[in-house]
Parts: sequence; structure tokens; C-alpha cells
Amino acid sequence: MHNDEHFHESNENGKNETFQYVLSLFVTGASPNSVRAIINLKQLCETHIKGKYSLEIIDVYQQGLTAEEEQIIALPLLIKRLPLPERRLIGDMSDTAKVLRGLGITY
Amino acid sequence: MSIEQQKKEDPGLINKILHKTPTGITGLDEITGGGLPSGRPTLICGAAGSGKTLFSMEFIVRGALEFNEPGVFMAFEEKSEELTVNVASLGFDLDKLQKDKLVKLDHVHIERSEIEETGEYDLDGLFIRLGYAIDSIGAKRVVLDTIENLFSGLSNQLILRAELRRLFQWLKEKGVTAIITGEKGEGALTRQGLEEYVSDCVILLDHRVCNQISTRLLRIVKYRGSVHGTNEYPFLIDEEGISVLPVTALKLENNVSAERISSGIPSLDKMLEGKGFYRGSSILVSGTAGTGKTSIAAYFAHATCLRKERCVYFAFEESPPQIIRNMQSIGINLQEHIDDGLLQFHASRPTLNGLEMHLVSIHKVVNKFRPRTIILDPITNLITVGSVSEVKAMLIRLIDFLQTQQITVMFTALTLNNIVNEQTDEGVSSLVDAWLRVRDIEFNGERNRGMYVMKSRGMKHSNQVREFVISDEGLNLVSVYLGPEGVLTGSAREAQQLQEETGLILRTHAVSRKDLEIERKRKVLEAKIASLHEEFESLQDELNKSYVEEELKKEIIEKNREKLTKIRHHENNTATDNSSSE
Repeated sequence: MHNDEHFHESNENGKNETFQYVLSLFVTGASPNSVRAIINLKQLCETHIKGKYSLEIIDVYQQGLTAEEEQIIALPLLIKRLPLPERRLIGDMSDTAKVLRGLGITY
Repeated sequence: MSIEQQKKEDPGLINKILHKTPTGITGLDEITGGGLPSGRPTLICGAAGSGKTLFSMEFIVRGALEFNEPGVFMAFEEKSEELTVNVASLGFDLDKLQKDKLVKLDHVHIERSEIEETGEYDLDGLFIRLGYAIDSIGAKRVVLDTIENLFSGLSNQLILRAELRRLFQWLKEKGVTAIITGEKGEGALTRQGLEEYVSDCVILLDHRVCNQISTRLLRIVKYRGSVHGTNEYPFLIDEEGISVLPVTALKLENNVSAERISSGIPSLDKMLEGKGFYRGSSILVSGTAGTGKTSIAAYFAHATCLRKERCVYFAFEESPPQIIRNMQSIGINLQEHIDDGLLQFHASRPTLNGLEMHLVSIHKVVNKFRPRTIILDPITNLITVGSVSEVKAMLIRLIDFLQTQQITVMFTALTLNNIVNEQTDEGVSSLVDAWLRVRDIEFNGERNRGMYVMKSRGMKHSNQVREFVISDEGLNLVSVYLGPEGVLTGSAREAQQLQEETGLILRTHAVSRKDLEIERKRKVLEAKIASLHEEFESLQDELNKSYVEEELKKEIIEKNREKLTKIRHHENNTATDNSSSE
């Protein structure tokens, strides 16, 4: 459904390592929470850190092992891998203020 | 059609009866009548350190090893490596089990400070993770230890509760037998009220300290659709895992044996119809200090081993080497039985464990070693850990258990002379089948041991007090001397015996003297008779002599007269004159 290629297409700005923000969003198929989370996050990123981020969307249903490797319990889960420190955000990303705080974006 | 018939004719009823999954934990499957409900979640709750994690881990490992049911252990508290190390001491090799795909460990790390909640979420991640783990090894068993940790990691209670309800439902649909552990809360079984969601089977673990001695207890709070024991059952955690002790068989329907076994002391057997005790019976040997109770017990053990039967000796007072040394002095060598593998010593201070723990450990030893005879020496010391009634309750259970196994048990008990209500022997005497009492008989400036059979169910036993003699050659029972001065024992008895022997000699001597006198008198009389006889003969001779003389005289006179007559006829006148003048 959502995969790496899909999101790279949507990202027009340069190479991976140059991104300031490296984000991974774990979702479960097309569940309402997942769909909302994707829409909310994309909108937020486009608004605040346009061109400075890479976003990877992973369907945990498709990759069972990931759940254990990434210590996933609650979904949707957003992991901010860069900039450090790593942060974990759960929920449908509807609380924009919290998401921005979690990503360390000042606005 | 009656209900009964309906029941009989419904072929589905058998299938409808609750299936159970054996835990493999010693004793638990007996209490629950087969194990935990199959395909349903069971809640195990208890305070910190009550053994929840170990309990659930054993469920998983035994399932994998003994019942070929792979299991998933999801740990919310300990890391997989920590768990592996923790249970390695029980002989569980989790690394190997994981490699063999029999067990899957998954550590769930959840830390509130690392997580920002930004809206609606669910626990799909946990479901997926668990589902993946279950499917990867084909698990039949699942443990969630302790799922309540989610509550400290996530703040939205509403979501959590809804998701937990969904989780337990999902586990049921998966058909796995699950254990969910929960920390004991104030006034509730668990802090987060998990009992609300898991309602099929709830087991409570407790860890109580009483008189500085701790006892672990297990209780089945509820078990839907099944009968179960409702008592608190003590359990033990040792190097072999958990063992739960089923308290007592509720019915008194043990098999009994008519077989008799020797006590090891022939003279004691003689007091018991000459055959000894019944197999599978319980024997109490009580007595004051230093009366030889341990010696009697050791003899019994010795006799058991000589029959090539196994015996376990539980010593609560002396160490095994001490007992072996002491018994050598009365002529029995217990060491060789140990070397032959027939005798086992288990020495422990009574204060090492609570009473229940002692009972559990006795159970374990008995189940492992399968002895025909066990000895508890002495039970009195158990009083230091519990009250008389508790000791009695424990012994009832022990005797009960041993009887079902046809194991003969001998207890020794110390009697304190004055304190009546502290006496264990009085307390337990109604439980035992045979009761031997050894007591001091103080007399004539010395102390001796007297022994009698207070009771012995099912046989005609001697009512005599016997003197109990311990010598280099061993134990013996000697008949005491009952005389006008009462019961004589020890040197008084021996003196009496000597006196009797002397008397006998004197009497025989007197008799022989009288015999001689009679003989002599007889001889005297005989001599007298002989002399009288002589006298009589001489008298007779005399008489005979005078008689002959008379005859001769008569003859001679006759002759003379004839001669005179002849002369007168010849010379008539002169002859007639002569004759007339004479």
C-alpha cells in the first residue's frame, strides 16, 4: 500500500543524507487511524519543513518482524530518526502542537 | 423425554466439557483437575516476588518440553537476556528452546518519557507482534508478563482498556492458552482490575512471612466451568521449579496392607504379635530426652535397608554424620546402606522453612526416591516453626499422603515431663497407628529405660513394660522384674536375678543335705534291723538248743529208766527197792 518508493516520489528535494528530518511512520493498512495519521503528518511536514524531510511509511501488517525489531506496541507510530535524539510519537497526529514539539520544530 | 435422557443422547456434550491444558507444574494439575482452561486466558496475580514470572515461565517451558506445545513469552518487565539468566538456575535453557523454535521470547520495551501521544491510537502493534510470534513457532501457549506495565507506558486509559478487552478476545479466537500476570493491587486482585477482562480462571499467589518464616501460597480464586480445590496450597520454588502441594485427599479411603514388617528389634517384634508393624502404617516413638528414640528409628531404618527397601531419614536435630557415628556405637552401620543407595538422609533445621515447606520438600523427596519407609526425627522440633495444631495438621496431611503410597512412617517425639499442653506426642497420638513410649524409670539411684506399646491398631500387642537396654550389641528389650517391691530394672533387676540364682543353689544344696540325712537314717535303721535279726536268730538258736537238750535229757532219762527196769527185772527185789527208795 504505502511503501518507500511511493514516499520518495513525493519528496522532490535532493538526496537522503542531506535531509534534516528523517521520519518513519508505521501504520496498519488503511485503518482510520492510519489514514488520518498519514494525511495529518504529510500536511504538517509540507507546511513546516517542506523539502527538509524524508518520510518512510511502513505497513506493519506487511512486515511482521518489524513490530518486534522496532519495539512497536501502539500504532500509528512515528519515529523521528534524525535529528537526534530519536523520538517516538504515537496517535493519529491530530494534535499538531504536540507533533511539532515531538519533532523539535519551532514555529 | 427426561433431561437425563437428553443429556445421554446429546453426543456433543462430551465435547462441550471444558478442555484443560496441563501446566506440568508439580501438584497444580491435581488441584485444577487437569490444568488451565484450554484456549482461554488465565490471570495469575500476586505481590512482587510472589513467583508470577517463574510460574508462567514454567508453564511455557514445560509445555514446550513435556507436552509439545510451543509457547510465546512476552515480557513487559524483564529483558530476554535477563529472563534467560534468571531461569537458567532452574535448568531451563531458553536459548536452546528458542533455537529449536519451541519458545519465543519477546521483550516489550515501553517508556513513557520516550513517547509522545498525539491523538487516537490503538495497540495493533502489539497484536501484530504477538500474532507474528505465535504464527512463527505455531504456539499453543502465550504468557503476557506483566501486561499492566502498559498502563505506566501509555496514558490513555480508555484506549488501553478497550484494547485489552479486544486483546483477550483475540487470544481466545486464536485458540491459545494464555497466562496474564498482574501485580496485586489495593483491595483488588490486580492494580488495573485485569480480573474484569480475564474471567475464566484466576490464580492468586501469595508470599507470607509468619514468625520470620516465609511460606508461599497459591489459591485458585475462580475457575469457570470446572471444579477445583479452594484451599490455599503451599508451594515451593527450588532448583526444579515450582511444586504445589495438594493439601489432603478429602476422603478416607486409602488402601491398607496386611503385610507386616519388622521393627529391626526382634524383642520388640515379639511384643507386636511377633511380626512387627503393618506396612504403610504410622508409628510414633515418644519419650523423654535420651531414652533412645533415635536408636529405635535407626534400627528401623537399618531393618528396612536389610530388606533391600529404600528408606529416607529426615533429621531435624542431628547431622547425618553424627547419627551414623552414634549408631555405629550400638552396632549398626548406616553408612553402608547409604553407599548401597538404599538410605538417604535429609537433614535440615526446622527453622529453615515453614511447616508447609517442610511438607512440600518431604513430598518431593518421597516422589523422587520412592522409599518404602521414612523417618522423621524428631517432629517435636517442628513446634519451633508452628503451633501444635499446625504441626498436627501438617502430619495429618503427611500421613495421608504416605498412606496412599503405602509408605511406612516413623516419627519420634520428645516428651517433656511437665508441660502437658506443649506435648506433640499427645497431639498426634490419635493420628498414628502404633505408639511406642520409652520412659525413664528412676529407681535405686539409677535411671533405666522402660518401653511399652501404648497402642497398636489392629493387633494384639503386649501390655508389658519391658526394659529397654542399649548395649554394644544393639538394642534389646528385657522383661522387667515384677516383685513385691514393684518394677525392678537395671542393676536392681540384675541383683534380683543374682539373688534368685543364689537362692536356687542354696535350695538345691539344702535338698541334697536332707537326702543324705535320710539315706543315713535309713542306713542306721537298716543296721538296727540287721542286728535285731541277729538277736532273733541267736535267741532262736538258744531256744532250739534248750529244746534239743530237753530232748536229749528225755531220751537219756528214758534210756536210764529202761536200764533200771531191766536191772529190776533181773534182780527184782533190789531193783524194786531201789526204785521205790528213789
